[in-house]
Amino acid sequence: MDNASDEAFVAFERVQKSYDGENLVVKDLNLSLPKGEFLTMLGPSGSGKTTCLMMLAGFETATHGDILLDGKSINNIPPHKRGIGMVFQNYALFPHMTVAENLSFPLEVRGMGKSEREEKVKRALDMVQMGDFGGRRPAQLSGGQQQRIALSRALVFEPELVLMDEPLGALDKQLRETLQFEITNLAHELGITTVYVTHDQTEALTMSDRVAVFDDGRIQQLAPPDKLYEEPENSFVAQFIGENNTLEGVIKEINNDVALVELDGGAVIDAKPINVTTVGERTRVSIRPERVEYNKDRLSADAHTLKAEVLEFIYMGDIFRTRLRVAGKDDFVIKTRNAPDQTRLKPGEQIEIGWLPQDCRALDA
Amino acid sequence: MTSSTAPDTANDGPMLAADGRTLKSSLNRALRRSKLRALMLIAPLLIFVLLTFIAPIADMLFRSVENQIVSDTLPRTTQALADWDAGGDALPEDSTYRELYRDIFLAKERKLHTRLGSRLNYELTGVSSLFRKSGRKVEDMGEVYQDQFEDLDGFWKQGENWNALMGDADWLAAQNAWDDKSDTAQPQFVASGAVSTLLPLTAEMFTLYADFVQNEDEDNLAKEDPWALIYSALHQDLTSGAGVASYAGPGAAELQAAAAAAGDFETVVFREAFEDVDEDWGSLDVWQTLKVYSPNFTSGYFLNSIDMQKTIDGPEMRDDNEQIYLKLFMRTLFMSLVITGSCILLGYPVGYMLANLPAKTANLLMILVLLPFWTSLLVRTSAWKVMLQQQGVVNDTLVWLGVVADDSRLALINNQTGTIIAMTHILLPFMILPLYSVMKTIPPSYTRAAKSLGATNWTAFWRVYFPQSVPGIGAGSILVFILSIGYYITPEIVGGTTGTFISNRIAYHISSSLNWGLAAALGAILLAVVLGLYWAYDRIVGIDNVKLGG
Repeated sequence: MDNASDEAFVAFERVQKSYDGENLVVKDLNLSLPKGEFLTMLGPSGSGKTTCLMMLAGFETATHGDILLDGKSINNIPPHKRGIGMVFQNYALFPHMTVAENLSFPLEVRGMGKSEREEKVKRALDMVQMGDFGGRRPAQLSGGQQQRIALSRALVFEPELVLMDEPLGALDKQLRETLQFEITNLAHELGITTVYVTHDQTEALTMSDRVAVFDDGRIQQLAPPDKLYEEPENSFVAQFIGENNTLEGVIKEINNDVALVELDGGAVIDAKPINVTTVGERTRVSIRPERVEYNKDRLSADAHTLKAEVLEFIYMGDIFRTRLRVAGKDDFVIKTRNAPDQTRLKPGEQIEIGWLPQDCRALDA
Repeated sequence: MTSSTAPDTANDGPMLAADGRTLKSSLNRALRRSKLRALMLIAPLLIFVLLTFIAPIADMLFRSVENQIVSDTLPRTTQALADWDAGGDALPEDSTYRELYRDIFLAKERKLHTRLGSRLNYELTGVSSLFRKSGRKVEDMGEVYQDQFEDLDGFWKQGENWNALMGDADWLAAQNAWDDKSDTAQPQFVASGAVSTLLPLTAEMFTLYADFVQNEDEDNLAKEDPWALIYSALHQDLTSGAGVASYAGPGAAELQAAAAAAGDFETVVFREAFEDVDEDWGSLDVWQTLKVYSPNFTSGYFLNSIDMQKTIDGPEMRDDNEQIYLKLFMRTLFMSLVITGSCILLGYPVGYMLANLPAKTANLLMILVLLPFWTSLLVRTSAWKVMLQQQGVVNDTLVWLGVVADDSRLALINNQTGTIIAMTHILLPFMILPLYSVMKTIPPSYTRAAKSLGATNWTAFWRVYFPQSVPGIGAGSILVFILSIGYYITPEIVGGTTGTFISNRIAYHISSSLNWGLAAALGAILLAVVLGLYWAYDRIVGIDNVKLGG
């Protein structure tokens, strides 16, 4: 990352939040993002991601710690003075105003003149290809159109930071994909800093510069999408992001970034130790389904292999999905590309599977 | 296109269903069953409401224009008055008084004259006693004729002679043969054809008399003596040149003798006779009132309801010191508006708080709002009486706090203030509930969105929250306003004289003055005002914008 990242535009410093005085919803949050970054807060519901967003927007106050915007603490600044654009889950378009009035509202409360307002509203509507819809009421628009309007309303007063709280949650898959693309493009074009909250990992991976995975009030991992997917730092992230096979066992040996793991069934495999350090420690080994290989020619000669029985073969068009019984577990899945030379496994077939040691990560149990 | 392609879409005519009927009639047939079922489901309630609610209301509203009592009770007089020039200075002719004599005589026998008196008394004070007095004396007025006929010949004293003279021969035989102890019905009187043409007026009066005796008194006609009224009719028939000479039926000799003598009989000037009973019969006012209220339907009740009166020259405003209803209507509207306004002011914050509290607390507080609903209206109003009186709780507290001096305690009851305070309290739930249910549906994200867009708390409320709560205000206002405009019990108890509503006046006319026509007219106007306001509200705000929730 470049030097700009040194100067954090938004920063959470040791932020804690409790609603009832007994449980912490957000535990010791530290996070900083540079100007222009698209950061996604991803996590299951109740993980504290929305609370963080609301604290940033000013609708919740942090119980402890500081939230900095452009170097200044905003803890005591009311929401309407923060100048942060926000897109809500249910769009929150004012039903009694037309689209144009909705967009004009933030400019009006800033005391902007009428002609300037109209010009900006027009530009903001054109930006989301909704130029002809200014006179309509929100109720007369489809979900996708409403979302576009909500987006342009959050941008019309040119905030430097925009927060989005699961903005695409209510839309169908196809529309969601189109809008994901539009939102990222717009954010990058305008150079605005975006904090995006979602529980949809695909959305998080496709849109973000960096993703913060939340669980239990903490950030479990903060990384760019590819690192997050390929190099999860703990079991939770590995489970939460993408599909994953896990095998449980005990560390036998660790040397030179390769650990020998004895699985509960007795077999021994190679794995890359991530957050396991001591021999004898229980571990959860994680392998992505598409990194599993059953063609012996493609495996190195000294690779440890496992016996497996094919339970189910599912043809999915671009890929084959095969369910195996491995080391006593029958939910082990492998995915193979539908290439001309690819063999199609049959249920009942006995095969041997293996992988590169670096693809197999030994994580906390 | 293959032959299996079903309905012919190339056809330009109406769309056809599979069986060849038009699709529309096919659809109607399919829906008829479900419509019928729906109707049957609501039928019990519909019939109940029609019988116990709609029909009585329609009947009451009809009373506001109905005026058949005058022409029913005084049919001959009203007919005679039709030609009278009511605008002039002259009293009606003596013949009109003679018709009045007949009408009042008949009404008195049927005991209807006092009812007419009370009815007309609403329009002209004193008419009631005038009719009662006239009813008492009317018997005597025509006796001059009866005496003279009877003095002339004892024949005229006997009821059976009259029956023989006036009745049809067949009927007479049947009547005389009838045993009044038996269970068989008395043979109904049939007038003799010859006498009816000869003495039309006498026959008419005698038929009325016979009908009255046989059917209302249920006495044996053979044993009754006729009314004095009939003698005056006979005199009139005989003196107006009836050709009795050709008559040869029963009593022909006596009739011809009477005809010969009748010309020299002492006559009665009915106008003087009536003026002897009461000098009011000589006043134009009475006759003008009678004439104005002759038609079967009248606008008089409605005119009275708006402080006007129906005069011979058309509707006129009443004197200033007699005006009451317009002022009452205005007061009712004004106070209902004030009550609605105070309900909005008091209810809005409560509704807002309820809608924004956690459900558990809100439900608890909602019980407090609903609590008054579960208490009798009478109890609550009476409680206000205790609270608001001069030596009551509120005044005591104010004196104790030193806000008012002991000798200048506030008059909070038996005036408008009392009505407004008590009714605001009683109607408040009707404002809070719709407000609450509308506010409940406004997601908090709207206010948040407004704030994130840069609006201050007040702007966010006023520009974003408030407009969305307007449907609740509308629904609450309509409820409270319409309820209060027709409120009765509370103003009656705490309103004194200055804090009463039009409904109290309606109740007075229904139960005390018994002027149901006026009560009906006032009620009809009240209903029209409410419907009118509702219509205006629909035009201005739009009834679609009224929400009770959801």
